Amino acid sequence: MKKVKGTGIASILFSILKYVSLIAASLVALIPVCVCVLTAFKTNEEYAATKVLDLPASFGYIENFKIAMEKANMLRCFGNTAIVLVVVLTVSVFTGSMLAYVLNRFRFPGRGMIENLFLFASLLPGIAMQVTIFQIMYSLGLINHLYGYMIVLMGTDIISIYIFLQFFENLPVSLDESAIMDGCTYFGVFFKILFPLLKPAIMTSLVLKGVSVYNEYYSSNLYLQLPELKTISTALYTFTGPYGNQYNYICAGVLITIIPILVFFLVFQKQVYSGMASGAVKG
Amino acid sequence: MSNPKTNTQAEPQSFKKWIGTRKVQRRLVIFTFMFVPLFLLLMFTYIPFAKMVQFSFYNMKYIGARTFVGLKNYVEIFQRKEIFGSLLVSLYYMAGGAVQLALALFFATMMVFKVKGESFFKATLFFPYLICGIAIGFIFKFFYARGFVLDTILQAFGMDLENIPLWLQDKSINNISLAATSVWRYTGQNVVLFLGAMMSVDTDLYEAASLDGANRWQQFRYIILPSIKSIIVLNLILCVSGCLSAFEPPYVITNGNMGTGTYFVIMNRIAHQNQRVGLACAMAIVLLFLIIVCTVGQKLFFKYAFNDGNSDESKAAVRKRKQAEKAKKQAAKKGGSV
Repeated sequence: MKKVKGTGIASILFSILKYVSLIAASLVALIPVCVCVLTAFKTNEEYAATKVLDLPASFGYIENFKIAMEKANMLRCFGNTAIVLVVVLTVSVFTGSMLAYVLNRFRFPGRGMIENLFLFASLLPGIAMQVTIFQIMYSLGLINHLYGYMIVLMGTDIISIYIFLQFFENLPVSLDESAIMDGCTYFGVFFKILFPLLKPAIMTSLVLKGVSVYNEYYSSNLYLQLPELKTISTALYTFTGPYGNQYNYICAGVLITIIPILVFFLVFQKQVYSGMASGAVKG
Repeated sequence: MSNPKTNTQAEPQSFKKWIGTRKVQRRLVIFTFMFVPLFLLLMFTYIPFAKMVQFSFYNMKYIGARTFVGLKNYVEIFQRKEIFGSLLVSLYYMAGGAVQLALALFFATMMVFKVKGESFFKATLFFPYLICGIAIGFIFKFFYARGFVLDTILQAFGMDLENIPLWLQDKSINNISLAATSVWRYTGQNVVLFLGAMMSVDTDLYEAASLDGANRWQQFRYIILPSIKSIIVLNLILCVSGCLSAFEPPYVITNGNMGTGTYFVIMNRIAHQNQRVGLACAMAIVLLFLIIVCTVGQKLFFKYAFNDGNSDESKAAVRKRKQAEKAKKQAAKKGGSV
């Protein structure tokens, strides 16, 4: 059977439109970042003398990166971010999946209300809430402790609960039933049977939550004010003051924060995309 | 006296049994699995929320005495020019959001019709979404600064530096510049979402339609659009609350000066620099109210305007699908007979 295609000219025009628009969009997406790359490799004299779009004399000049790392104490901040990431992600995978298990598999008084409480919580604007959360954190003495910040991040985690709830909908109850027939306890059903099956949902929640924790700025700025506790995004923000217009340092700092997430993206591209798709169905 | 004794004696033997019964186990699971998330929800959502409502009636700082002032804080919100002005600033971000959705829809549609290097385009457009807001702020501070990236590019196209506005200082354009950074950041993410939804459409449908002689526009209008309607509606809703709570671009790039302060930037200033906690709480409540009104309003609007914004296929799409199927059958018949 012959495939019928649109008339010749129309389809050629369409192809042109397609590629021209996509290439233009890619340029728009890339140029701001690429200029940063160019600038980050320029010496102070070069930076002052050359135009922003000129290539640096050498891409081997990494002094700016060293200075940025040192001045903002970035190594330390990467360490803090890593600790926060590991703890928050681990805990939120467990709490989220356990809560979803109970809400999805058991019928008990107050279940609907609890679901609605989580639903309504997702409407509350995050930054607005921090005014009073700050007050609570202050009275509990949790400010300027890494664990205090972690608790805040776990406490405001609604999205992974949604992801797990959705996933449980599609796990047949017969799985639970047959395990219980075999004498499994409810704990056993969850940890031995269901939890391993949650892998895709766990990936999704790790990706979404991971990206948001890595990029989180507002709470980190509020609750971790000591310089040695800063996370990577607050460390980057310290470039506003002393360097003002020394953009070769700032760009180096920006690139340092971008590189880990770029590597992550290139490695886990597929998971990131599917995570986005399933995370969006919230609401 | 004798009763408790027998009870304690009986317990060691029956405790295991007791804990083993389904009913008790069930309660135990429900309790232990829900305890932590519910505790956190209470601690970091509902107690702060209750306090927010309470504080909004007080004149207070984080520490020190507080005085009850009734609705004064709410009145002040509507009297302060900067606060009302910041809501108008959100309109720029909403316009940006509309542009962003339209662009995303366009690019996703382009990609759904076979493109070479699709994964490259997709990744390039998407990546800005993963960059942290502070980094984006710096990137664009540099991008828009006088005589830097954007100005240089425009000059390369033959524009005079004198005719180029100051992107971040000129009050007639700086909010557009800032909203554009949001478009830059989120368009790719929307493309990925839309593309995901479009790909889930049965590919036979496209073939059937093109056999039917449907052109690209018709394919878009009758197959693609209906299939992703629900995700568009969802994104519109998320977009409105996102625009009302825009924070990072003005915070990093202009620090909310020159009339670029969004609601949160102003609120952040009032809460943490001026320490007017009561007023900030009242602002938060007003914003929450606005978000709820917009969310519910949009849901209702789409329910009535488009029959049902939640169903994946509109009636028109079902009709079209049936037609396409019919056409396919006929085509198959023809193909068979030739």
